[in-house]
Amino acid sequence: MADTRDEPLVLGIETSCDETGVGVVRGTTLLADAVASSVDEHARFGGVVPEVASRAHLEAMVPTIQRALKDAGVSAKDLDGIAVTAGPGLAGALLVGVSAAKAYAYALGKPLYGVNHLASHICVDQLEHGALPEPTMALLVSGGHSSLLLSTDITSDVRPLGATIDDAAGEAFDKIARVLNLGFPGGPVIDRYAREGDPAAIAFPRGLTGPRDAAYDFSFSGLKTSVARWIEAKRAAGEDVPVRDVAASFQEAVVDVLTRKAVRACKDEGVDHLMIGGGVAANTRLRALAQERCEKAGIRLRVPRPKLCTDNGAMVAALGAEMVARNRAASDLGLSADSSLPVTEPHVPGAHGAHAHDHDHVHEVSKDNLYS
Amino acid sequence: MLLLALDTATPAVTVALHDGTSVIAASSQVDARRHGELLLPAVDRVLADAGLRLDAVTAVVAGVGPGPYTGLRVGLMTADTFGLALGVPVHGVCTLDGLAYASGIEGGPFVVATDARRKEVYWARYEDPRTRVSGPAVDRPADIAEQVAGLPAVGAGAALYPDTFPDTRGPEHVTAAALASLAAEKLAAGEELLEPRPLYLRRPDAQVPKNYKVVTPQ
Ligand SMILES: [Zn+2]
Repeated sequence: MADTRDEPLVLGIETSCDETGVGVVRGTTLLADAVASSVDEHARFGGVVPEVASRAHLEAMVPTIQRALKDAGVSAKDLDGIAVTAGPGLAGALLVGVSAAKAYAYALGKPLYGVNHLASHICVDQLEHGALPEPTMALLVSGGHSSLLLSTDITSDVRPLGATIDDAAGEAFDKIARVLNLGFPGGPVIDRYAREGDPAAIAFPRGLTGPRDAAYDFSFSGLKTSVARWIEAKRAAGEDVPVRDVAASFQEAVVDVLTRKAVRACKDEGVDHLMIGGGVAANTRLRALAQERCEKAGIRLRVPRPKLCTDNGAMVAALGAEMVARNRAASDLGLSADSSLPVTEPHVPGAHGAHAHDHDHVHEVSKDNLYS
Repeated sequence: MLLLALDTATPAVTVALHDGTSVIAASSQVDARRHGELLLPAVDRVLADAGLRLDAVTAVVAGVGPGPYTGLRVGLMTADTFGLALGVPVHGVCTLDGLAYASGIEGGPFVVATDARRKEVYWARYEDPRTRVSGPAVDRPADIAEQVAGLPAVGAGAALYPDTFPDTRGPEHVTAAALASLAAEKLAAGEELLEPRPLYLRRPDAQVPKNYKVVTPQ
C-alpha cells in the first residue's frame, strides 16, 4: 500500500440540513465520520424544521468535532485544512457550520475551504472506491434534489445535465409515507414495506419519459399525486389499502426513471461508470436495479455505503482534501453561507486569491482591507 | 488576562479586546444581514490593531442575546469554537446587560429594549447599570406599557416604539467593549458569568414551510 502520510489531512464540517456532521480524512482514506442528527426532533412535523435544525447544530458542533478528532486519532494542530459546506442548503443551518469552520481555521492557523454540498456527495465515493474516474457521471438523489451531473474534475468542473423540475425523489418518498401513515422520514420505511410487496401490482406513471420530454430531467410531482389519488380511491370505496404493494409500485416508478435516465446519460456521453449518491442512494431497490441495468449496459456502478450517502462531514472533508491536493485556492474569512450555491461552483475561493499552501493565510487577511 | 468579547445578537457585529484593566481594541459595524461574513474579519482586525495573536487570548466572552436567532448563533458558534481550539474558557453575558452597563444611568430604575422583530421587543428592567431586576423577556410594547411607564429606556428597541418608551436614551446598540468591561469587572469580583448558551426566549416556528425543499432526505 502507498505511503499516505504525505496526503492532506482535512477536517470537514457539514450542517446544510438536519445532520451535524464532522469527518476527518487523509487523502482518500476515511479516518472519522461523526454525525449528530436532529431527525427525531423533526419527525412529528413530517419534515425538517429549519430553526430546530439550526439550534441543534449549535449545541452539537463542539462535541461532534471532539468526537471526530478522537475517532481519527489525530490532533487538530496536524490538520492541513478545514473544509465546510458553504451551500446549497438551509441558510440558517449552513451559517452555523460556516461560523464554526471559520473560527476553527482561524484559531488553528489553517486554510479554510468552503465547498459545495453536491460536489461533496460525489467526492465521498473516493473514500470507498478510490480516486474518482475522470470524467464521472453522478446521479444525486436526496430529499432536496435529484440531479444528473457530469464531472471531469470534482474540484473545478461539475456540469448539470438534468435535474428535477418539481419534487425531489426523497421528498416524494416522504410524502407517500405520510399518505400511507408510515411516519417521517419516508425513505427507509417505504423501502422496508416495498420488499414484501409486488412492484408490478399497480402501474404508476413514469414522469418525463415521453419521446419529447427532456432526456435527463426528472418529475415526481405527478407520480405523487397519482399514488395519493389511488390510495384515496381505495379508502373512499371502503377497501383496505395494500400498503406493501403501493410502496413497492411507487418505489419502482421512482427508481425505474432514475436508473433509466442515468444509464442513458452514461451512454450518450460515452462514460463507462456511474456514481450514485445522496440519501436516496441508500434505497435497496435503487441499488439493485442500478446494478442490473449498469451490468447490462457495460457500465461500472459505484455507490458508497449508505452511511456515506446520507449527509456527513466525511464527504466534505473528502472534497476539502482534494482541494488541498490540487492546490485550489482557499476561501477567505469573509466566506458566507450560500443557500443556493450553484452546483457549477465546487468551492468558493477567496476574493484575494489566498493560496491553499499559504502559511501566512491569517496574516494575509490582516493586510487586506476587507471592509471597503 | 486578555478577554476577547463578541456579540452578534443585535444588528451590530461587535468585537473587543480587554486586558483586565481596559479595552485595548474594538470594532463595531451595524449590518443586520451580514453577521456571518463580518465577524471573523473583525476579530482579525481587532487583534491586528492590538498587535496580538488569537492565542494570547485567555478567555472568550460572548453575548448570549436575547436576539434574532440566526445572527445570535454566529457569535456563539464562533466563541464556542475559539474555546475549543484555544483551550480557554468561554463565558456568556446577557446582551441587554451590556447595553445597561454602557448606558451609565445611575439614578434609579430603567429598562433596556432591543428589536425582537415581529412587532416585539426583548427587554429587561434594571436597578442600576450592573443590576438586572427582571427579564429578559419578549413582549409586544403595548403589552408592557404600564410596567415601563415613566422609566428611561435604552436601546434600538425602545427607539422603535416611542409610544411605549417616550424617554429613550443611548446607546442604540450593544458594544463588545461594554460586554468585555462588564465581564472583566464581574470576573475580578469573583462573580459567576453565564453559560455561553443562546437566550432564544421563543420556541422555534415548528412549521415546515410550504414548498420547502430539504437538501437531504432521511
Ligand atoms: Zn445531501
